[in-house]
Amino acid sequence: MRLDVNSFLGSYPFRRVPGTSPDALLRAMDRIAVDRAWVTHLPGIFWRDPAAGNRWLYETTGREDRLQPVPAVHPGLSGWEATLTEARAAGVPAVRCDPTYYGLDPAGAEMQGLTQACAAEGLPLMLAVRLEDIRQRHPNDRAGELPPWAVRKLIRSDPRVRLIITHADRPFIEEVHFGSTPEESSRIWWDICWIWGPPEDHLETLLRTVGVERFVFGTGQPLRLPETSVAKLDLLDLSAEQRAEIESGNAGVVSPSTARGGSSKQSSAPSLRSG
Amino acid sequence: MGITVHVASILGSWGLTSPIYFPSPADIEYGNDCLLALQRAHPGRIRGYCVVNPNFRAHAQAELKRCLDAGMIGIKLAASRRATDPLLDPICQVAAQRGVPVLHHIWQHRRREYAGQEASDAAELAELASRHPKVSFLLAHIGGGGDWIYSLAALRDQPNVLVDLSGSGVDGGMLEACLEAVGIERLLWGSDLTIDTGWAKLRYLEHLLSRSDLELVRWRNAARIFPSTAFSSD
Repeated sequence: MRLDVNSFLGSYPFRRVPGTSPDALLRAMDRIAVDRAWVTHLPGIFWRDPAAGNRWLYETTGREDRLQPVPAVHPGLSGWEATLTEARAAGVPAVRCDPTYYGLDPAGAEMQGLTQACAAEGLPLMLAVRLEDIRQRHPNDRAGELPPWAVRKLIRSDPRVRLIITHADRPFIEEVHFGSTPEESSRIWWDICWIWGPPEDHLETLLRTVGVERFVFGTGQPLRLPETSVAKLDLLDLSAEQRAEIESGNAGVVSPSTARGGSSKQSSAPSLRSG
Repeated sequence: MGITVHVASILGSWGLTSPIYFPSPADIEYGNDCLLALQRAHPGRIRGYCVVNPNFRAHAQAELKRCLDAGMIGIKLAASRRATDPLLDPICQVAAQRGVPVLHHIWQHRRREYAGQEASDAAELAELASRHPKVSFLLAHIGGGGDWIYSLAALRDQPNVLVDLSGSGVDGGMLEACLEAVGIERLLWGSDLTIDTGWAKLRYLEHLLSRSDLELVRWRNAARIFPSTAFSSD
């Protein structure tokens, strides 16, 4: 079982990206042997109301068991709590928020409120550090990257909150991990898509120093070639058990409905893992 | 991964006694000596680019002669002097005389000056290449971060510049854009600092290209632009 926790559907506003349709994503998943994927509505990240893309996301993923929706929540818009309630009822594996793209303080009152509400609902919150390399972004793509200090503040805001951080590199992960208590760190999961593999050995180092149990398989496709996340695991000397943890087991811990092979169509909320 | 030959360079002392991109003559010799030793130790697997700093003109000429005579098969220019500068011309003239390509480090779209290097971008490399039409230039690491769309537009009509696919960047659409802009015969596979991303691009190309076209990227294009004796022992 290989589960991609970090994939997108829909067009990207800043350059032409092939393979953004549901069918194309499924073909790409077949190409690299990904069984299931958690997907985000990509255009919505750039909309004034990102949750306006959730309906399409639910309908699209509802037609395909291999795709599970990660709906967007904008905690600066009135009524956002209903979006969260809807997500919980739909049995989603996580919800996402991209505060710097929404123009929000990444650790401000709105984000603190969202984090605590996710904790209360038993929903993991997904945040992306970036979508593209800052050196190549469109001149009008000016949203800041998610800062490490924001993640440290959010994980401290509620002892029940669980965060899935995507597109983080080694310095970011180390700053947050070693700037948090072991208990806080145990509630953060990192996707591997932006971590350098050999010969720099960033991923190998992090698996040793931060722990295999903290990492989940993600690709960032179709903005990034998904082959990269598979290749960096292929180049490591991992046991079958360690690889299985990264490729699906750890995602099952952060979102138990996924571990059971459940889909977004179930109605019950995922149960909380203590800690 | 199936890599049979590495064509590599060592940038001086990697910052130990002089800046990486502004290496001293002594550090350049140290780095080139290390690479020559590797080449001798692994004659079937390692080939070298000779690194020079164009600011030291006489030393650059002497180092090119020493290293190319010792079996290096290309020239590496990093970021000691902008690609448009006339100081690069004598180096490119040696490349033409010896029939070796020039690999040039690139900041895809240089919008300002950067500390630690005198970076060049693709348009500036294209200008250098237009002055030396008999030399093959390699634009280093189209995936090295930066605006590769700008680079590809600058190279489209400069046939003696090839694009190496290395670098940590693995953007969806980048390989398709490379094929569209410069064509299959001007693409070279490379890894740079991150082997996983290089391998990923190769895996993706396996789905994008025919077997014969894939061979062009994997090695045949390289074999065409390096000296005919470069890989004769393999």
